[in-house]
Amino acid sequence: MTLTAILIVASALFGIGLFGALSQKSFVMLMMGLELMLNGTLLAAVGFWSFTLAGAPEGQLLAILIMAVMAVELAIGFALVVAVYRKRQADVIEALGTMKQ
Amino acid sequence: MTDIAFYTLSALAIWSGWRVFRVDSMIRATFALMVSFISVAGIALLMSADYIGVATVFMMAVEMMVMALFMVMFMMNPAGLNPMQMVHQYRFSIGAGIVAFIGLSVAVLATNLPHNPLPAGRDTMRDLGIELLGASMLIFETAGVTLLATMLGAVALSSRNGRFGNSEEGALPPGLHPGGTPAGRKVEKGGGHGGHGGHGGHGGHGGHGDHGMKESDKAGDKGDTDAGHMHHHAPAPDEDHQHTPKKEH
Repeated sequence: MTLTAILIVASALFGIGLFGALSQKSFVMLMMGLELMLNGTLLAAVGFWSFTLAGAPEGQLLAILIMAVMAVELAIGFALVVAVYRKRQADVIEALGTMKQ
Repeated sequence: MTDIAFYTLSALAIWSGWRVFRVDSMIRATFALMVSFISVAGIALLMSADYIGVATVFMMAVEMMVMALFMVMFMMNPAGLNPMQMVHQYRFSIGAGIVAFIGLSVAVLATNLPHNPLPAGRDTMRDLGIELLGASMLIFETAGVTLLATMLGAVALSSRNGRFGNSEEGALPPGLHPGGTPAGRKVEKGGGHGGHGGHGGHGGHGGHGDHGMKESDKAGDKGDTDAGHMHHHAPAPDEDHQHTPKKEH
Protein backbone atom coordinates (compact mmCIF):
# COMPACT_ATOMS: atom_id res chain seq x y z
CA MET A 1 0.00 0.00 0.00
CA THR A 2 1.77 3.09 -1.27
CA LEU A 3 0.62 6.63 -1.74
CA THR A 4 0.91 6.25 -5.52
CA ALA A 5 -1.45 3.27 -5.55
CA ILE A 6 -3.95 5.11 -3.36
CA LEU A 7 -3.89 8.20 -5.55
CA ILE A 8 -4.38 6.11 -8.69
CA VAL A 9 -7.40 4.42 -7.14
CA ALA A 10 -8.69 7.85 -6.17
CA SER A 11 -8.24 9.17 -9.69
CA ALA A 12 -10.07 6.14 -11.07
CA LEU A 13 -13.00 6.86 -8.76
CA PHE A 14 -12.89 10.52 -9.81
CA GLY A 15 -12.90 9.59 -13.49
CA ILE A 16 -15.85 7.24 -13.11
CA GLY A 17 -17.71 9.88 -11.15
CA LEU A 18 -17.04 12.50 -13.81
CA PHE A 19 -18.29 10.13 -16.49
CA GLY A 20 -21.46 9.52 -14.51
CA ALA A 21 -22.09 13.16 -13.71
CA LEU A 22 -21.73 14.13 -17.36
CA SER A 23 -23.62 11.26 -18.91
CA GLN A 24 -26.62 10.56 -16.70
CA LYS A 25 -29.95 12.12 -17.46
CA SER A 26 -31.78 11.85 -14.18
CA PHE A 27 -30.97 14.22 -11.36
CA VAL A 28 -30.39 11.56 -8.74
CA MET A 29 -27.95 9.63 -10.92
CA LEU A 30 -26.10 12.87 -11.61
CA MET A 31 -25.76 13.41 -7.87
CA MET A 32 -24.43 9.88 -7.53
CA GLY A 33 -21.71 10.85 -9.99
CA LEU A 34 -20.84 13.88 -7.90
CA GLU A 35 -20.74 11.74 -4.77
CA LEU A 36 -18.38 9.32 -6.46
CA MET A 37 -16.05 12.19 -7.38
CA LEU A 38 -16.08 13.34 -3.76
CA ASN A 39 -15.39 9.75 -2.73
CA GLY A 40 -12.18 9.80 -4.72
CA THR A 41 -11.27 13.15 -3.24
CA LEU A 42 -11.81 11.80 0.27
CA LEU A 43 -9.57 8.83 -0.45
CA ALA A 44 -6.83 11.10 -1.79
CA ALA A 45 -7.05 13.38 1.25
CA VAL A 46 -6.79 10.49 3.69
CA GLY A 47 -3.92 9.03 1.69
CA PHE A 48 -1.98 12.27 1.75
CA TRP A 49 -2.57 12.61 5.46
CA SER A 50 -1.42 9.09 6.16
CA PHE A 51 1.72 9.09 4.04
CA THR A 52 3.09 12.60 3.89
CA LEU A 53 2.10 14.56 6.98
CA ALA A 54 3.73 12.50 9.74
CA GLY A 55 0.43 12.35 11.54
CA ALA A 56 -0.40 16.05 11.60
CA PRO A 57 -4.13 16.15 12.40
CA GLU A 58 -4.97 18.86 9.85
CA GLY A 59 -5.17 16.18 7.18
CA GLN A 60 -7.97 14.46 9.01
CA LEU A 61 -9.67 17.83 9.37
CA LEU A 62 -9.59 18.19 5.58
CA ALA A 63 -11.21 14.77 5.23
CA ILE A 64 -13.94 15.81 7.66
CA LEU A 65 -14.53 18.96 5.62
CA ILE A 66 -14.90 16.83 2.48
CA MET A 67 -17.50 14.74 4.28
CA ALA A 68 -19.34 17.92 5.24
CA VAL A 69 -19.29 18.97 1.58
CA MET A 70 -20.82 15.61 0.67
CA ALA A 71 -23.62 16.10 3.18
CA VAL A 72 -24.30 19.66 1.98
CA GLU A 73 -24.33 18.58 -1.65
CA LEU A 74 -26.75 15.75 -0.94
CA ALA A 75 -29.15 17.82 1.15
CA ILE A 76 -29.30 20.81 -1.19
CA GLY A 77 -29.41 18.53 -4.22
CA PHE A 78 -32.42 16.62 -2.97
CA ALA A 79 -34.15 19.83 -1.94
CA LEU A 80 -33.64 21.19 -5.45
CA VAL A 81 -34.90 17.95 -6.98
CA VAL A 82 -38.05 18.18 -4.87
CA ALA A 83 -38.55 21.85 -5.76
CA VAL A 84 -38.04 21.33 -9.49
CA TYR A 85 -40.24 18.25 -9.55
CA ARG A 86 -43.00 20.08 -7.77
CA LYS A 87 -42.87 23.12 -10.02
CA ARG A 88 -42.34 21.47 -13.37
CA GLN A 89 -42.92 17.73 -12.99
CA ALA A 90 -39.41 17.30 -14.31
CA ASP A 91 -37.05 14.50 -13.36
CA VAL A 92 -34.56 14.56 -16.23
CA ILE A 93 -32.12 17.28 -17.14
CA GLU A 94 -33.51 17.81 -20.63
CA ALA A 95 -36.83 18.92 -19.13
CA LEU A 96 -35.18 22.07 -17.82
CA GLY A 97 -34.52 23.68 -21.18
CA THR A 98 -35.96 27.04 -20.22
CA MET A 99 -33.39 27.44 -17.45
CA LYS A 100 -30.86 28.36 -20.12
CA GLN A 101 -32.41 31.76 -20.64
CA MET B 1 -1.82 -8.78 4.65
CA THR B 2 -2.50 -5.07 4.53
CA ASP B 3 -1.58 -5.07 0.87
CA ILE B 4 -4.00 -7.84 0.04
CA ALA B 5 -6.79 -6.05 1.89
CA PHE B 6 -5.91 -2.78 0.19
CA TYR B 7 -5.94 -4.20 -3.31
CA THR B 8 -9.14 -6.12 -2.67
CA LEU B 9 -10.88 -3.05 -1.31
CA SER B 10 -9.58 -0.87 -4.14
CA ALA B 11 -10.81 -3.30 -6.75
CA LEU B 12 -14.17 -3.48 -4.98
CA ALA B 13 -14.42 0.32 -4.77
CA ILE B 14 -13.65 0.84 -8.45
CA TRP B 15 -15.75 -2.07 -9.68
CA SER B 16 -18.82 -1.09 -7.67
CA GLY B 17 -18.33 2.55 -8.65
CA TRP B 18 -18.39 1.42 -12.26
CA ARG B 19 -21.48 -0.72 -11.64
CA VAL B 20 -23.34 2.35 -10.36
CA PHE B 21 -23.76 3.60 -13.91
CA ARG B 22 -24.13 0.24 -15.62
CA VAL B 23 -26.93 -1.52 -13.75
CA ASP B 24 -30.51 -1.10 -14.88
CA SER B 25 -32.02 -0.93 -11.44
CA MET B 26 -31.49 2.37 -9.72
CA ILE B 27 -31.81 0.75 -6.31
CA ARG B 28 -28.95 -1.54 -7.21
CA ALA B 29 -27.00 1.50 -8.36
CA THR B 30 -27.55 3.09 -4.96
CA PHE B 31 -26.30 0.02 -3.15
CA ALA B 32 -23.32 -0.24 -5.50
CA LEU B 33 -22.43 3.32 -4.57
CA MET B 34 -22.72 2.40 -0.92
CA VAL B 35 -20.37 -0.55 -1.42
CA SER B 36 -17.92 1.79 -3.10
CA PHE B 37 -18.05 4.21 -0.18
CA ILE B 38 -17.67 1.46 2.39
CA SER B 39 -14.65 0.10 0.53
CA VAL B 40 -13.06 3.54 0.67
CA ALA B 41 -13.89 3.65 4.38
CA GLY B 42 -12.11 0.30 4.76
CA ILE B 43 -9.04 1.70 3.01
CA ALA B 44 -9.16 4.66 5.41
CA LEU B 45 -9.24 2.21 8.31
CA LEU B 46 -6.20 0.44 6.86
CA MET B 47 -4.44 3.80 6.84
CA SER B 48 -5.32 4.12 10.54
CA ALA B 49 -7.75 6.98 9.98
CA ASP B 50 -10.17 5.30 12.36
CA TYR B 51 -12.57 8.15 12.87
CA ILE B 52 -12.85 9.02 9.18
CA GLY B 53 -13.46 5.41 8.20
CA VAL B 54 -16.14 4.68 10.74
CA ALA B 55 -17.84 8.03 10.23
CA THR B 56 -17.91 7.41 6.48
CA VAL B 57 -19.58 4.05 6.98
CA PHE B 58 -22.27 5.55 9.21
CA MET B 59 -22.84 8.54 7.00
CA MET B 60 -23.05 6.54 3.81
CA ALA B 61 -25.38 3.93 5.26
CA VAL B 62 -27.89 6.66 6.10
CA GLU B 63 -27.25 8.69 2.98
CA MET B 64 -27.78 5.80 0.62
CA MET B 65 -31.02 4.88 2.35
CA VAL B 66 -32.23 8.43 1.71
CA MET B 67 -31.04 8.18 -1.87
CA ALA B 68 -32.85 4.89 -2.41
CA LEU B 69 -36.01 6.48 -1.06
CA PHE B 70 -35.69 9.37 -3.49
CA MET B 71 -35.07 6.93 -6.31
CA VAL B 72 -38.36 5.21 -5.63
CA MET B 73 -40.15 8.52 -5.28
CA PHE B 74 -38.90 10.36 -8.32
CA MET B 75 -37.19 8.19 -10.83
CA MET B 76 -38.65 6.08 -13.54
CA ASN B 77 -38.03 2.37 -13.51
CA PRO B 78 -36.59 2.10 -10.00
CA ALA B 79 -36.59 -1.67 -9.98
CA GLY B 80 -34.93 -2.13 -13.36
CA LEU B 81 -37.62 -4.43 -14.68
CA ASN B 82 -36.87 -3.53 -18.25
CA PRO B 83 -33.45 -2.46 -19.46
CA MET B 84 -33.03 1.17 -20.29
CA GLN B 85 -30.28 3.62 -20.98
CA MET B 86 -30.70 7.00 -19.35
CA VAL B 87 -27.67 8.72 -20.76
CA HIS B 88 -26.86 11.60 -23.02
CA GLN B 89 -23.60 12.84 -24.60
CA TYR B 90 -22.29 9.35 -24.00
CA ARG B 91 -19.05 9.43 -25.94
CA PHE B 92 -18.08 12.84 -24.63
CA SER B 93 -18.64 11.65 -21.07
CA ILE B 94 -16.57 8.50 -21.55
CA GLY B 95 -13.82 10.61 -23.07
CA ALA B 96 -13.94 13.11 -20.22
CA GLY B 97 -13.82 10.34 -17.61
CA ILE B 98 -10.87 8.61 -19.27
CA VAL B 99 -9.02 11.88 -19.76
CA ALA B 100 -9.56 12.78 -16.10
CA PHE B 101 -8.31 9.37 -14.97
CA ILE B 102 -5.27 9.34 -17.22
CA GLY B 103 -4.43 12.95 -16.52
CA LEU B 104 -4.59 12.51 -12.76
CA SER B 105 -2.67 9.23 -12.90
CA VAL B 106 0.08 10.76 -15.01
CA ALA B 107 0.24 13.68 -12.60
CA VAL B 108 0.55 11.25 -9.69
CA LEU B 109 3.21 9.14 -11.39
CA ALA B 110 5.20 12.12 -12.58
CA THR B 111 5.24 13.84 -9.21
CA ASN B 112 7.97 13.15 -6.73
CA LEU B 113 5.70 12.57 -3.78
CA PRO B 114 7.09 13.22 -0.32
CA HIS B 115 7.30 10.28 2.01
CA ASN B 116 6.72 11.10 5.63
CA PRO B 117 4.38 8.44 6.98
CA LEU B 118 2.37 8.29 10.12
CA PRO B 119 4.52 7.26 13.11
CA ALA B 120 3.52 3.85 14.41
CA GLY B 121 1.45 3.79 17.55
CA ARG B 122 0.24 7.36 17.29
CA ASP B 123 -3.24 7.93 18.74
CA THR B 124 -4.80 9.53 15.68
CA MET B 125 -8.27 9.88 17.10
CA ARG B 126 -7.05 11.78 20.12
CA ASP B 127 -5.03 14.02 17.79
CA LEU B 128 -8.12 14.73 15.76
CA GLY B 129 -10.22 15.58 18.80
CA ILE B 130 -7.61 17.96 20.18
CA GLU B 131 -7.29 19.57 16.75
CA LEU B 132 -11.03 19.96 16.22
CA LEU B 133 -11.60 21.67 19.53
CA GLY B 134 -8.25 23.41 19.64
CA ALA B 135 -6.31 25.08 16.87
CA SER B 136 -8.81 24.39 14.09
CA MET B 137 -11.93 25.11 16.06
CA LEU B 138 -12.94 27.99 13.81
CA ILE B 139 -12.90 25.75 10.72
CA PHE B 140 -14.85 23.09 12.54
CA GLU B 141 -17.47 25.54 13.75
CA THR B 142 -17.73 27.05 10.28
CA ALA B 143 -18.49 23.61 8.89
CA GLY B 144 -21.14 23.19 11.58
CA VAL B 145 -22.79 26.51 10.76
CA THR B 146 -22.65 25.63 7.07
CA LEU B 147 -24.50 22.41 7.79
CA LEU B 148 -27.10 24.34 9.77
CA ALA B 149 -27.56 26.76 6.87
CA THR B 150 -27.89 23.76 4.57
CA MET B 151 -30.66 22.33 6.70
CA LEU B 152 -32.52 25.63 6.64
CA GLY B 153 -32.00 25.97 2.90
CA ALA B 154 -33.20 22.44 2.24
CA VAL B 155 -36.35 23.01 4.25
CA ALA B 156 -36.98 26.37 2.58
CA LEU B 157 -36.46 24.91 -0.90
CA SER B 158 -38.58 21.84 -0.44
CA SER B 159 -41.46 23.19 1.63
CA ARG B 160 -44.73 23.56 -0.19
CA ASN B 161 -45.90 26.56 1.78
CA GLY B 162 -43.61 29.48 2.37
CA ARG B 163 -44.07 32.00 5.10
CA PHE B 164 -45.95 34.31 2.79
CA GLY B 165 -48.31 31.80 1.25
CA ASN B 166 -47.99 29.16 -1.39
CA SER B 167 -44.46 28.90 -2.69
CA GLU B 168 -45.71 28.16 -6.18
CA GLU B 169 -47.44 31.49 -6.42
CA GLY B 170 -45.95 33.45 -9.25
CA ALA B 171 -43.90 30.51 -10.41
CA LEU B 172 -46.53 29.44 -12.94
CA PRO B 173 -47.83 31.75 -15.64
CA PRO B 174 -51.53 32.61 -15.51
CA GLY B 175 -53.97 30.65 -17.64
CA LEU B 176 -55.07 31.66 -21.09
CA HIS B 177 -58.63 31.83 -19.82
CA PRO B 178 -59.64 32.28 -16.19
CA GLY B 179 -59.12 29.11 -14.21
CA GLY B 180 -57.48 27.36 -17.14
CA THR B 181 -54.22 25.46 -17.21
CA PRO B 182 -51.15 27.67 -17.04
CA ALA B 183 -49.87 29.04 -20.29
CA GLY B 184 -46.41 28.08 -21.38
CA ARG B 185 -46.69 24.66 -19.85
CA LYS B 186 -46.40 22.95 -23.19
CA VAL B 187 -43.29 24.80 -24.19
CA GLU B 188 -41.79 23.88 -20.86
CA LYS B 189 -41.61 20.16 -21.44
CA GLY B 190 -40.99 20.33 -25.16
CA GLY B 191 -42.69 18.31 -27.83
CA GLY B 192 -44.82 15.30 -27.23
CA HIS B 193 -44.33 15.45 -23.49
CA GLY B 194 -46.18 18.71 -23.23
CA GLY B 195 -49.32 17.24 -24.64
CA HIS B 196 -49.95 15.09 -21.62
CA GLY B 197 -49.41 17.59 -18.89
CA GLY B 198 -51.06 20.46 -20.68
CA HIS B 199 -54.24 18.83 -21.87
CA GLY B 200 -54.58 16.23 -19.20
CA GLY B 201 -55.23 18.86 -16.56
CA HIS B 202 -53.57 19.01 -13.20
CA GLY B 203 -56.02 16.98 -11.19
CA GLY B 204 -56.48 13.32 -11.86
CA HIS B 205 -54.63 13.17 -15.11
CA GLY B 206 -51.43 14.79 -13.98
CA GLY B 207 -50.04 11.51 -12.80
CA HIS B 208 -51.02 9.67 -15.91
CA GLY B 209 -49.47 12.22 -18.16
CA ASP B 210 -46.33 11.85 -16.17
CA HIS B 211 -46.14 8.13 -16.73
CA GLY B 212 -46.71 8.70 -20.39
CA MET B 213 -43.72 10.98 -20.42
CA LYS B 214 -41.57 8.28 -18.90
CA GLU B 215 -42.72 5.69 -21.36
CA SER B 216 -41.93 7.89 -24.29
CA ASP B 217 -38.54 8.59 -22.81
CA LYS B 218 -37.79 4.91 -22.86
CA ALA B 219 -38.83 4.68 -26.47
CA GLY B 220 -35.66 6.43 -27.42
CA ASP B 221 -34.16 9.81 -28.02
CA LYS B 222 -34.56 9.83 -31.75
CA GLY B 223 -38.30 9.54 -31.68
CA ASP B 224 -38.35 12.11 -28.95
CA THR B 225 -36.90 14.92 -30.99
CA ASP B 226 -39.03 14.04 -34.00
CA ALA B 227 -42.15 14.17 -31.89
CA GLY B 228 -41.03 17.54 -30.60
CA HIS B 229 -40.82 18.99 -34.06
CA MET B 230 -44.14 17.62 -35.12
CA HIS B 231 -45.78 18.95 -32.05
CA HIS B 232 -44.62 22.45 -32.62
CA HIS B 233 -45.57 22.66 -36.24
CA ALA B 234 -48.82 20.79 -36.48
CA PRO B 235 -51.46 20.44 -33.81
CA ALA B 236 -52.89 17.25 -35.28
CA PRO B 237 -50.33 14.73 -33.91
CA ASP B 238 -50.88 16.20 -30.51
CA GLU B 239 -54.18 14.38 -30.28
CA ASP B 240 -52.35 11.12 -30.87
CA HIS B 241 -49.95 11.78 -28.07
CA GLN B 242 -52.69 12.64 -25.73
CA HIS B 243 -54.29 9.25 -26.04
CA THR B 244 -51.15 7.22 -25.75
CA PRO B 245 -50.88 7.15 -21.95
CA LYS B 246 -54.52 6.27 -21.47
CA LYS B 247 -54.02 2.94 -23.14
CA GLU B 248 -51.47 1.98 -20.57
CA HIS B 249 -53.69 2.50 -17.60
